[in-house]
Amino acid sequence: MKYIDEFRSKELAHTLADAIAREVDTDREYRLMEFCGGHTHAIFRYGVQKLMPPNVKFIHGPGCPVCVLPIGRIDNAIELVQQHEVILCTYGDMMRVPGSGRNSLLKIKAGGGDVRMVWSTQDVLQIARDNPHRQVVFFAIGFETTTPPTVVAIEQAAAEGLKNFSVFCNHVLTPAAIRAILAPGQSDEPEPMAIDGFLGPSHVSAIIGTRPYEPLVEAYGKPVVIAGFEPLDVMQATRMLIRQLNENRVEVENEYTRVVTREGNRKAQALVDKVLELRPTFEWRGLGMVSRSALRIRPAWSEFDAEQRFPVPEITASDMRGCECPRILRGVKKPTDCKLFGAVCTPENPMGSCMVSSEGACAAYWSYGRFRSGSEESAA
Amino acid sequence: MSNPGFRYSQRLDLRSGTVDMTHGSGGRAMAQLVEELFVRHFDNELLRQGNDQASFPVEQGRMVMSTDGHVISPLFFPGGDIGSLAVHGTLNDVAMSGAMPLYLSAGFILEEGFPLADLDRIVASMAEASRKAGVPVVTGDTKVVERGKGDGVFITTTGVGTVPMGVNISGDRAQPGDAILVSGSIGNHGVAIMSSRENLEFETTIESDSAALHQLVAEMVAAAPDAIHCLRDPTRGGLATTLNELARQSSVGMHLRESAIPMDEQVMAACELLGLDPLYVANEGKLICICTAESADALLEVMCSHPLGVQSAIIGEVVTDDQGLVQMKTRFGGSRVVDWLAGEPLPRIC
Repeated sequence: MKYIDEFRSKELAHTLADAIAREVDTDREYRLMEFCGGHTHAIFRYGVQKLMPPNVKFIHGPGCPVCVLPIGRIDNAIELVQQHEVILCTYGDMMRVPGSGRNSLLKIKAGGGDVRMVWSTQDVLQIARDNPHRQVVFFAIGFETTTPPTVVAIEQAAAEGLKNFSVFCNHVLTPAAIRAILAPGQSDEPEPMAIDGFLGPSHVSAIIGTRPYEPLVEAYGKPVVIAGFEPLDVMQATRMLIRQLNENRVEVENEYTRVVTREGNRKAQALVDKVLELRPTFEWRGLGMVSRSALRIRPAWSEFDAEQRFPVPEITASDMRGCECPRILRGVKKPTDCKLFGAVCTPENPMGSCMVSSEGACAAYWSYGRFRSGSEESAA
Repeated sequence: MSNPGFRYSQRLDLRSGTVDMTHGSGGRAMAQLVEELFVRHFDNELLRQGNDQASFPVEQGRMVMSTDGHVISPLFFPGGDIGSLAVHGTLNDVAMSGAMPLYLSAGFILEEGFPLADLDRIVASMAEASRKAGVPVVTGDTKVVERGKGDGVFITTTGVGTVPMGVNISGDRAQPGDAILVSGSIGNHGVAIMSSRENLEFETTIESDSAALHQLVAEMVAAAPDAIHCLRDPTRGGLATTLNELARQSSVGMHLRESAIPMDEQVMAACELLGLDPLYVANEGKLICICTAESADALLEVMCSHPLGVQSAIIGEVVTDDQGLVQMKTRFGGSRVVDWLAGEPLPRIC
């Protein structure tokens, strides 16, 4: 595939791998968190870890947009379907994320609930037009990348006068989550931080730019390199992080210059700002309550806010007791340190956020762990 | 089944008529549907006898039997429809034992209100697939369910066949050192289906690979009767899931080379766009063959010279691994575990 294969070149990968191997300080470890699920995906799909020296380790962050949604919000969505009989539309992998009692939208659908998987917000608008006598709710999830399409749909619905369309807004913000990882809430006892630097989000940064990471880098002293989602991007950004660490530099650098600028997409930012506003606080699966970390619909657009149209109670169903996701996300514990791992928490029956998507740290470990004790070294 | 003295007052309205409950009630309407639609298309001597069963002589040796229910949406897709798929699916399941399929049966569950024109088109396509394969549908059944209790039409087919003497092919026979072959590009069927789904129509010229593989298998078996250990068609769950099944059944591991796995550019592009992995996308006209390393090149040549195996390739080998892991050397130069599919293959959002 032209314009993609160039970023997956085996020859360049080897050149880069050799360069990284030459540059690393073998007396230390480099523990690098890739924040985004997209990066984790690339690392696994292309086998990037294998191309790294043994002392360069990727820690899989919380940046899988479906995994971070707390149980309570999923229970809310389930309630919308069951109690208010709405048509609930959402993106694909949201379907299997567990709510309380191991319930999920997939199960609700199987039980007769009208849950529909959509590929874009335009599909939702069409469903609303086609079903004028039903209430259609878009279960909006995701980081800054998926937010603008939600806002566009709200504007369109307003322009068309669609009365049966609303949005259950769960859009969350990346910089706030990075801060929460670096500085756990007051309730948590202070814990050691085992992360040396961050591979910063690619698509998210296309919207927000690199500027929002600058205060984080300054406050917490950990370098951030914005990286594209292709495997060569990940490797190049890793090399840039290693260089910063070797040279004791702490900066925001941008590897993904073909897409990301310092200012980001100002038009998208303005659009989002027009319709959405900051929530004072929002619960994240694995991170707990994080202040100013999510968006809600502004009062002027409340007509399209499912939380105004329907009673949506605040449910703070806490994560599974014993779940070590918060510490795993900070890199201070391994998935195998968690009592639930592999016992009650498996990819088929995920409990914590890290097991939900195949890219979560625990789900990855589930496969990788088998891998390590197997015949890895003899791989063809 | 046709009775020269028996006439229906009106012919079945195949243009604008629909299935109703009487078509499944066992009365005259059902007899007419069977006669004017099913028997007309499937026409063969055994079916014409009009019995509730087909009777045929049994050959010596081992018989193979397999059944498959088809519930696909949409019913018509680029490169096929539920009818041809119902024939190919079962023929392939029979053939993956090394058998030559002989006869098919077909059970139809029709939803009240289903257009007879669509049913006619589906049955015609089934009959065409069966004729082309040389395997007749010799017995069948029709039921009608109330509107809302089916999804248009469900078809279950069963096939029987016989295995040539000396052939012993089974999913538990893969051995360390064996070669792994695939008969062509993967993911075409799944992508063709997705491209025609209502909420996801995208323009592509990709067609389903739906095809009956028993002739290809017959040629492979004839060329190397002892050397083939396993055959399986990687349908639901795709190549990745099928290889994991075989690895578990045989208690072995596998090493694959991603660069050797045949994939069409368009399938790769569609999967890229949709956030899917082609290794997990369904196929309906491909087979995986695990055979002794010595016979791999000869079998590859046989496969490549058959029209349904032109793009065949050796994609890896079986290794000793009591954990049954399937690992892959990536095109990028890394390596990864190719795990079972967990749950449904859902598109990723980021």
